[in-house]
Amino acid sequence: MLDQMSKAPLIDIQEVCRSFPKPSGKDVVVLENVDLTIKEGEIVGLLGRSGSGKSTLLRIIAGLISPSSGIALCRGDAIDGPPSGISMVFQSFALFPWLTVLQNVELGLEAKGVDRAERRKLALDAIDLIGLDGFENAFPKELSGGMRQRVGFARALVVHPDLLLMDEPFSALDVLTAETLRTDMIDLWIEGRMPIKSVLIVTHNIEEAVLMCDRILVFSSNPGRVAREIKVDLPHPRNRLDPAFRQLVDNIYALMTQRAEPKTVAMEGIPGTGMGMVLEPVSTNILSGLIEALAGEPYHGKADLPVIAGLLHMEADELFHIGEALQLLRFAHLSEGDIVLTEAGKTFAHMATDARKKLFAEHLLTYVPAVGLIRRVLDERPSHTAPAERFRSELEDYMTESYADDTLKAIVSWSRYAELFAYDENSELFSLENPQ
Amino acid sequence: MTHQRSAPLAVRRTLLPSLWDLLALLLVVGLIVLVIYGGEAATAPLSTLDTTPLSLDPSHLPIYALRTMLRMLTAIVFSLIFTLIYASLAAKSRRAEMVLIPILDILQSVPILGFLTFTVTFFLNLFPGSVMGAELASVFAIFTSQAWNMTFSMYQSMRNQPKDLEEVAKSFQLSGWQRFWRLDVPFAMPGLVWNTMMSMSGGWFFVVASEAITVGDTTITLPGVGSYVALAIKEQNLLAIAYAVVTMLVVIIIYDQFLFRPLVAWADKFRFETTSSGVEPTSWVLDLFRRARMTRLIVAPFQWLFRLVWTFRLPTLPKLGSRRTTQAASRAIDWIWLTLVIALAAWASYLSFNYLKVSIGWSDVGTAVVDGFITLLRVVVLMAIATLIWVPVGVWIGLRPSLSEKVQPLAQFLAAFPANIAFPAFVVLIVHFGLNADIWLSPLMILGTQWYILFNVIAGTAAFPSDLKEAARSFHIQGWRWWVKVILPGIFPYYVTGAITASGGSWNASIVAEVASWGNTQLVTPGLGSYIAQATTAGDYPRVVLGIVVMCVFVTLFNRLLWRPLYAFGERRLRLG
Repeated sequence: MLDQMSKAPLIDIQEVCRSFPKPSGKDVVVLENVDLTIKEGEIVGLLGRSGSGKSTLLRIIAGLISPSSGIALCRGDAIDGPPSGISMVFQSFALFPWLTVLQNVELGLEAKGVDRAERRKLALDAIDLIGLDGFENAFPKELSGGMRQRVGFARALVVHPDLLLMDEPFSALDVLTAETLRTDMIDLWIEGRMPIKSVLIVTHNIEEAVLMCDRILVFSSNPGRVAREIKVDLPHPRNRLDPAFRQLVDNIYALMTQRAEPKTVAMEGIPGTGMGMVLEPVSTNILSGLIEALAGEPYHGKADLPVIAGLLHMEADELFHIGEALQLLRFAHLSEGDIVLTEAGKTFAHMATDARKKLFAEHLLTYVPAVGLIRRVLDERPSHTAPAERFRSELEDYMTESYADDTLKAIVSWSRYAELFAYDENSELFSLENPQ
Repeated sequence: MTHQRSAPLAVRRTLLPSLWDLLALLLVVGLIVLVIYGGEAATAPLSTLDTTPLSLDPSHLPIYALRTMLRMLTAIVFSLIFTLIYASLAAKSRRAEMVLIPILDILQSVPILGFLTFTVTFFLNLFPGSVMGAELASVFAIFTSQAWNMTFSMYQSMRNQPKDLEEVAKSFQLSGWQRFWRLDVPFAMPGLVWNTMMSMSGGWFFVVASEAITVGDTTITLPGVGSYVALAIKEQNLLAIAYAVVTMLVVIIIYDQFLFRPLVAWADKFRFETTSSGVEPTSWVLDLFRRARMTRLIVAPFQWLFRLVWTFRLPTLPKLGSRRTTQAASRAIDWIWLTLVIALAAWASYLSFNYLKVSIGWSDVGTAVVDGFITLLRVVVLMAIATLIWVPVGVWIGLRPSLSEKVQPLAQFLAAFPANIAFPAFVVLIVHFGLNADIWLSPLMILGTQWYILFNVIAGTAAFPSDLKEAARSFHIQGWRWWVKVILPGIFPYYVTGAITASGGSWNASIVAEVASWGNTQLVTPGLGSYIAQATTAGDYPRVVLGIVVMCVFVTLFNRLLWRPLYAFGERRLRLG
């Protein structure tokens, strides 16, 4: 019996799905048929775009939300509420501003009913381990971002969990601070000084995943699925400039752009062209900025995505959004980790403002069906006005409320730029007339 | 909060007590003595009220003021306890929420002085022959003026907790009790302290009004500033009124300096922000207590008590099955619950209808509604006048930082001052010049509440971003265009906040403002306020109930149809930053 227990993996996820109900009655699936096991002694990364359900999976493991179907086991027991032996580090740090560093760290121990003296000792040990000595009585607002996240780590480690969950723990920090903290964590892990057995980290930063993880699960979006599992065999400490490291990063970029066809929701087998097309509200300034940058020296219309990301100081995720928008409008296309301008894109780069607007309007009407629909409805109605609600509900037949929101926002901002139609935010009304 | 001091007893440089210790000790001992005295006086037999009649001798005023203050303090303690329990229930249980929140909403618009009629009799019967009953009735009146908005604030805080902190509490498996003291209460603290302050400000009005009250044949005169004023009115003693005004000023200043300033300064650490910003509120009293070493001894038992609360562990209940109840079962329980509530409401309306129909006909309802419209007209006109006066004045003051720094606390102070103490001065003028009571009694309604508009407008103007002011100036935006395009939209949300408080207060004040007397002269002007006041004096309960119901409907509709949409509009469109 005991033997069996110790052999059960720490976490065992089988065919887990999660959907959220919508007011219209249909459910939106955010996670579909996901399998995952976590054994002792490994760092596993969940890598994916925003909206790929990786945070949802993390919260299912943390016992904060329950799966709609499928099996979620922690050491062989079904997860029903937060299991003991799992603790979490949050992207936003999630510290209690009215508690001191020490009190914040002691929180989990208090919940377990550890007595005062023991609590103090364990907390001071954790604070010591994580490099927070001397800050015990400070309040979170007195600390810098990096120090705050250290408190977050200390609070999670002090209960000596078997599994440490990290929800994008470094993405709210500036680049330098994030790197320092990351290296410190990896060092502690390699030296075996962390009182934990395994780590699960959620991230959208490709290099971070390659730097830290033994195994990376790449998620695809809408609905979230595991697209590929990648083993990272590079020895620690890893060097970002190592050719093998670069190669792996490039491969993952390629893998993720391959899948970066316009985000669609399959409806009755028809992939989401038409009204099911999900748009990200990317500013037209940024779109034309990127086109100009690509058209100019030294790229001449073609560039490597990781290079562009580094140059523009953008997260891969952010760049994907912009690249996708350009691909959707046929100004560029993405493949194998490259972004390539189309002929239209090159023409656009050399046009003056008014001509650009005209070309943008043409592409918008042709390639974004929702925009075409709105324009048609406005043309047909005698009043030349239509409430946004009409289109929102139509979009919501295909996507979640928040996606419909984003899509509508993108439509409004792009159409304003293209001068296709006007939108009044007060009355939530589309109309043909532009203010004089 | 267990306060972690970095330098405990070991680093004391001297054993001699400091001046701070002495001052702090005196303050604490004084407080204890006062509470004991108040307790003894409140449990005295009722007959002492007759054997030791009130006197207009100003030397008695400190004692009267003390009694008034203690009533206030008791009410605030009850309000706090009520708030914690009621708000938690409403926030934690979906089914409780469905009933509790609408009830709270209605309670907020019930005229508090109307309550007094029933509660005085109720509490007198509860403690026959003791002053306690009358005291409790007064405390209850103050409680009803304070508790509702505090509860709302707490409830809203509990519903709007940051999601990540909730997840921390859940994933560390904090017990309900632990979560309440570590997350729920601290997060709600700043809003709660602010609302408690606002409640206090409104409360002085009711404590004064509730100390001398006549219901039918019963006349209760509790020793206090309010009853002192009532006696002064009867004896037409203007000098005594002046004494009372001064006493009240002192009382409010003491409360502000010794209770609220320290509280606000202390509660600052609960503000939910991750970076320190702005000027931290300070309080010399709090500094005094923090500096005095003696306070550690005095505070020790409280700390001990608090630690007990903080670390208290409820016995964990065994989990009843899985957390996931089936949807069908949950929906069935919803229906049963809804049916129960509807049945209860139907029974309540049946009871009230039967009670009222004995002595009230439809014509009475007509009278009350017509009176309601008269009072509504007064409120609307007065609000318009107050707006026309105080918005420009507030903007003018708000644009001058050094001036607004001085005027702002004054306006806040005037809002707290119970205007009913100053009523006689106006009545004397009306009687003296033979003015039309129908018109000239009306301003009394807004006498105490107009300040809310003023101090909110000042706050709004002061908070108006200076870059926008500069932009307006550099584009030569002046005159009416500056008012309409720049400053009025900028202060709108603040104005609405002030106006909501002011109009609500005016409805309440109408009950004491539409009937005023000086000696034997009584001035009455038709309106819903005087309707309720006269029914109260006559002990005519059915008409009091009718008046309250009508006023409640008027206030609720007024809020729903005018203020809420305006507030939502201001929040959505005009909130800066």
